[in-house]
Amino acid sequence: MRMSTDTVNKDVPPQEDPAAIADGWADAYTPEVNVYEPHRTQVPPLLPYVRELWRRREFAVEMSRMRLRSQHYGTMFGTAWLILSPLMLGVVYFVLVDIIRGGNRPAGFFTHLLGGVFAYYLFSDAVRPAARSVTGGGRLILNTAFPRALLPLSAVIVSIMRFLPTLPVYAVLHVATGRPVGIEMLWAVVVFAEIVLFAAGVSMLVAAGQVYFRDLKEFLPYLMRVWLYLSPVLWYADEVPHGYDFLLYVNPLGSMLTAWSEALNSATTPGLDWLLIGLAWAVGAFVAGGLFFVSREREFAVRL
Amino acid sequence: MSSLSASDVRPQAAPAPSAPPAAIKVQNVSITYQSALQDRQTLVGTLSRLRRRRKILREVRAVRDVSFEVPRGTVLGIIGANGAGKSTLVRAMAGILPPTSGRIEVHGRVSTLLALGVGFDRKLTGRQNVVLGGLAAGLSREQLAAKYEEIVAFAELEEFMDMPMRTYSAGMYGRLAFSVAVNMEPDILLIDEALSVGDAHFKRKSFDKMRELCESAHTIVLVSHGMNAMRQLADEVLWLHKGQIREYGPPREVIRAYKRFMRVEDDDQTAEEDV
Ligand SMILES: Nc1ncnc2c1ncn2[C@@H]1O[C@H](COP(=O)(O)OP(=O)(O)OP(=O)(O)O)[C@@H](O)[C@H]1O
Ligand SMILES: [Mg+2]
Repeated sequence: MRMSTDTVNKDVPPQEDPAAIADGWADAYTPEVNVYEPHRTQVPPLLPYVRELWRRREFAVEMSRMRLRSQHYGTMFGTAWLILSPLMLGVVYFVLVDIIRGGNRPAGFFTHLLGGVFAYYLFSDAVRPAARSVTGGGRLILNTAFPRALLPLSAVIVSIMRFLPTLPVYAVLHVATGRPVGIEMLWAVVVFAEIVLFAAGVSMLVAAGQVYFRDLKEFLPYLMRVWLYLSPVLWYADEVPHGYDFLLYVNPLGSMLTAWSEALNSATTPGLDWLLIGLAWAVGAFVAGGLFFVSREREFAVRL
Repeated sequence: MSSLSASDVRPQAAPAPSAPPAAIKVQNVSITYQSALQDRQTLVGTLSRLRRRRKILREVRAVRDVSFEVPRGTVLGIIGANGAGKSTLVRAMAGILPPTSGRIEVHGRVSTLLALGVGFDRKLTGRQNVVLGGLAAGLSREQLAAKYEEIVAFAELEEFMDMPMRTYSAGMYGRLAFSVAVNMEPDILLIDEALSVGDAHFKRKSFDKMRELCESAHTIVLVSHGMNAMRQLADEVLWLHKGQIREYGPPREVIRAYKRFMRVEDDDQTAEEDV
């Protein structure tokens, strides 16, 4: 069975006798039967969809690997950019914030900011390319039947691949600036998973949205910039003045990045509320984004 | 899943030996593209249009109420003028475009060679395109590795596999695409204009390969503007005209009618222009 198809049994209208079809057509030479029928905006059977998706996971991995390689192909520093660019970004933000704060920085602020920037870019580096993943997949989409969710998801994989090399950088700076080290830091893995899940959900949402609204990708850079400023990256969560603390709750990344900093930077067990709110956002975004994408994806080919 | 497969395991009556079962059944299929062809489809545009209640989606009815069957092991040729809907119809049979109405039934593993389709990313090398295309089509890495040499050897492009595909000539492009499609061991092969691009040597080779596939009970749908190949390869020819079936039958007759028709239209146009 292939994806984006319905098995013969499922969508046979009741007035047609499925037995007649099986009798006439199915035999030893027909390992697969596909029926294509008018597309209604509806979620296809999820289990077969996920199975097809899983069967083609190699595609997403290979695609991400090639994308990553081609991004830095022929540049002066090559793959060193994977470390250089987030590091430089972190330093720029630090200098900026340090000047604004007049030089009085709370304890561990540099590593808080750096870790936050790395985590934030894990999110935004997935979402921005994902927006273009479907509309830019022209030939592949027009000529091959496969679960389209592979396209935004491989953008997420690229982002993870870009994120991982920044971890050793963070570790070195964390130790060098004398931040505490402890087993509680492992909570960061949970937060990492939340961020990835959330990024995947938002990626699928914008990838499908871009098909209908071609200027979405024009908005995204601004949205991403503002989102960064509204997240506890350039400031500490507990510095938030009264009246603004709702930001940490309504901003999905607010709770995740708060927990992230508590675990990674302070080596403490993050607040359970942050973890749970983050989890709720992540699961919610993944389910909503996934269902929206999957219910629309059969339409993509006629709308490219 | 178990609930879905109910009729797959239904006891099967032996197919009637006289009438080979159809590999592809197309029933009253219409396909409409919805494109924002004139304005770009934008969020801002949509918001402003919501107030004015204007619709900018332009619908292109590429295929209209088409029905036919392709028996197993036969070659169906599809001919027609540019924009007649041939590629659209083939894409629908591949399960890529959902029909707007009607129903398509496909029995067997499909391999597509649509409008020279392997190279979806011309920045990537030939090798990467083959690998990504194969993985997307659902092959495993092992299957791909086993097929890879065969594909390259058939295309005779050994030296070029590590070059970006944008450096390929149109013919090399087509050779690789054809080679990928025929080496996927499909039950059903959908080919959209690929025979025309190769040189004389490769044309001969691909022609022979098609013959071979056809004789080993493969079902082939072939879209081409090459009437000679069509006459020699196809068992039946379907002539699409503006999305509808104009004629369907033995190659010679349909092609003769098609050629006559095209010439008449040509004459009509030139006549009109002269006025
Ligand atoms: N992606 C698309 N979006 C909107 N309209 C499309 C799209 N692809 C094709 N069409 C329209 O559908 C109609 C049929 O196109 P199709 O590509 O099927 O023609 P064709 O018979 O393959 O032509 P050719 O001989 O030139 O390959 C044309 O009018 C074309 O403008
Ligand atoms: Mg065409």
